[in-house]
Amino acid sequence: MSGKIIELKNISKSFSSDQPVLNDISLYIRDKEFITLLGPSGCGKTTTLRIIGGFETPDSGEVFFEGKKINDLPPYKRQVNTVFQRYALFPHLNVFENIAFGLRLKKVSEPEIVRRVHEMLELVNLRGFEKRNVNSLSGGQQQRVAIARALINEPKVLLLDEPLGALDLKLRKDMQNELKALHERVGLTFIYVTHDQEEALSMSDTVVVMADGKIQQIGTPTEIYNEPVNAFVADFIGESNILDGIMIADKTAKFAGHTFACVDSGFQPNEAVDIVVRPEDVDIVPVENGMLSGIVTSVTFKGVHWEIIVDIQGFKWMVQTTDYCAPDSVIGLYIEPDAIHVMKKSEYSDMFGDYSTFSDEFDELSVANPASEEEQENDKE
Amino acid sequence: MKKRSFIEAFAAVPHLVWMLLFIAAPLIFVIYFAFTDTYGNFTFDNITMLQSYAQIFLLSVCFALIATVICLVIAYPLAYCILLMPRKTQKLLVVIVMLPMWISLLIRTYSLMALMDNGGLINSLLEIIGLPKMKLIGTSGAVILGMVYDFLPYMVLPIYSGMSKLDFRCIEAARDLGCNGIQTVFRVVLPLTTPGIISGITMVFVPSISTFYISQKLGGGSFDLIGDTIERQFQNVGTYNIGAAISLVMMILILISVAIMNKFTDDDEGVL
Repeated sequence: MSGKIIELKNISKSFSSDQPVLNDISLYIRDKEFITLLGPSGCGKTTTLRIIGGFETPDSGEVFFEGKKINDLPPYKRQVNTVFQRYALFPHLNVFENIAFGLRLKKVSEPEIVRRVHEMLELVNLRGFEKRNVNSLSGGQQQRVAIARALINEPKVLLLDEPLGALDLKLRKDMQNELKALHERVGLTFIYVTHDQEEALSMSDTVVVMADGKIQQIGTPTEIYNEPVNAFVADFIGESNILDGIMIADKTAKFAGHTFACVDSGFQPNEAVDIVVRPEDVDIVPVENGMLSGIVTSVTFKGVHWEIIVDIQGFKWMVQTTDYCAPDSVIGLYIEPDAIHVMKKSEYSDMFGDYSTFSDEFDELSVANPASEEEQENDKE
Repeated sequence: MKKRSFIEAFAAVPHLVWMLLFIAAPLIFVIYFAFTDTYGNFTFDNITMLQSYAQIFLLSVCFALIATVICLVIAYPLAYCILLMPRKTQKLLVVIVMLPMWISLLIRTYSLMALMDNGGLINSLLEIIGLPKMKLIGTSGAVILGMVYDFLPYMVLPIYSGMSKLDFRCIEAARDLGCNGIQTVFRVVLPLTTPGIISGITMVFVPSISTFYISQKLGGGSFDLIGDTIERQFQNVGTYNIGAAISLVMMILILISVAIMNKFTDDDEGVL
């Protein structure tokens, strides 16, 4: 990866006095990378993007673009273009004129405009759509026009604000692949904002997990998934069983009334920690071979696997398995040392835990987002 | 379409009667009078006589056009400014814009007279500070000012309501794609608010061209506009037919201009 193209230093922003939207954010973005700002609604991810785009000015802190401070530079002077939530195409212009908009402002010659618009339409697979009214296009097509309209200005950075939020599930999957391919083809920096963890994991080089106006973790998708820094990240990215535990010694952790071998070290002896075990990393074994044993309280068919909730000493574990277990049966659980991830205690430690309150309805309430239904469907896969 | 029940059909009756009595019947009378002489015989004389009124027509159109343009120039930025305010202030400002509409047009015109008369407020003030009196009433400026003052709300409100439907992200997109403030207005805001502008123009132009009261009171009798002419024909006995003919021609002119203006919005149909 090449050098930093954008750097945010100690950015804070609040819209009303009581609640800061961004609380001392520092972040750098490398040239040509695909970086995703991921978090639940209200975490400050869109505000961060708008600060980079120039639509908001931070209350404090500095924004650098290629080493130059650009805090007060208006959007039209930045080498950055945005694909807006729900696209914001100009309804009074047809597809051609929407895409040509930026070039017309720069007084590019007509033949040049025609050539480049056609090039863009080719790039986003919309050849022959020049004269179409933008409102007659499907969501996916509008989205491509929005991308073409931004890319034709040859920005150094493309900002994408939940661009797939308005699309249905199938189309989202296709567009994810297309965006990823597009990123490779055009070789630009993409800054992508989403609340959909699956989207973030599958597309990004770097994921920035945000919550409550703060950055929780920055890392590659595998780092974020396998080595979450705290209970929030572990809970937000994928499914996890998060338990209170004690680090007895290096590579030895005690939780759920059992002492496990693990691979983490570097904690104080007997330090209280949070333990994460992913549902797919738990093996179901006969009770006599299990490290833990519990009673199956619910079984849900998810297509590729069964999702079962196991009650172990009052703590409800989620386990994903391809083997059916009958409800009310007693099963044993076996956990490999590398399936156990140990995290330091954080402010989020006691907010997430077992699956006793888990239900689809609860999920929907907590997400409070128009895309929540699709999101759940994503989770189920 | 499903068959309408008796009650549904009955519910439309009062409206139909109303429309017949107060819209269709007067229209038929106008057409009847326009094509007959005082004895009720069919004739084209009334229409051909209208040539002598050409100048009055022209003057009325000029006055109405100038008033409409001035209204537009004032109303558009005003509506934009209102929109930039916080929601609560917006509501208050809209009420303030609408406030004059609650007062009779006659009273508003009279109060303008009181301001601009030779012995009126403005001239009294001029006298006090030692400046010479100005002749205000009876000038074309006074008539146009009267039109602008009386009809301005009809321009502000449709433009404001059109603007408030504007997708704010389109403005951001324009800025993102390289528009400075002025370019944003001309390339995005103005085209997207055209339907509001068109209906504002219609709502100001039509009453301006047919007004008689404003020109009589503020024009001091020195301007004979088409509205005045029509009024006079109907006040005199025996000139009903000429009055009807002028009315008919004016109605057709207005219809044509409204149709032309609607053409502009038709192109954007399905857009807003």
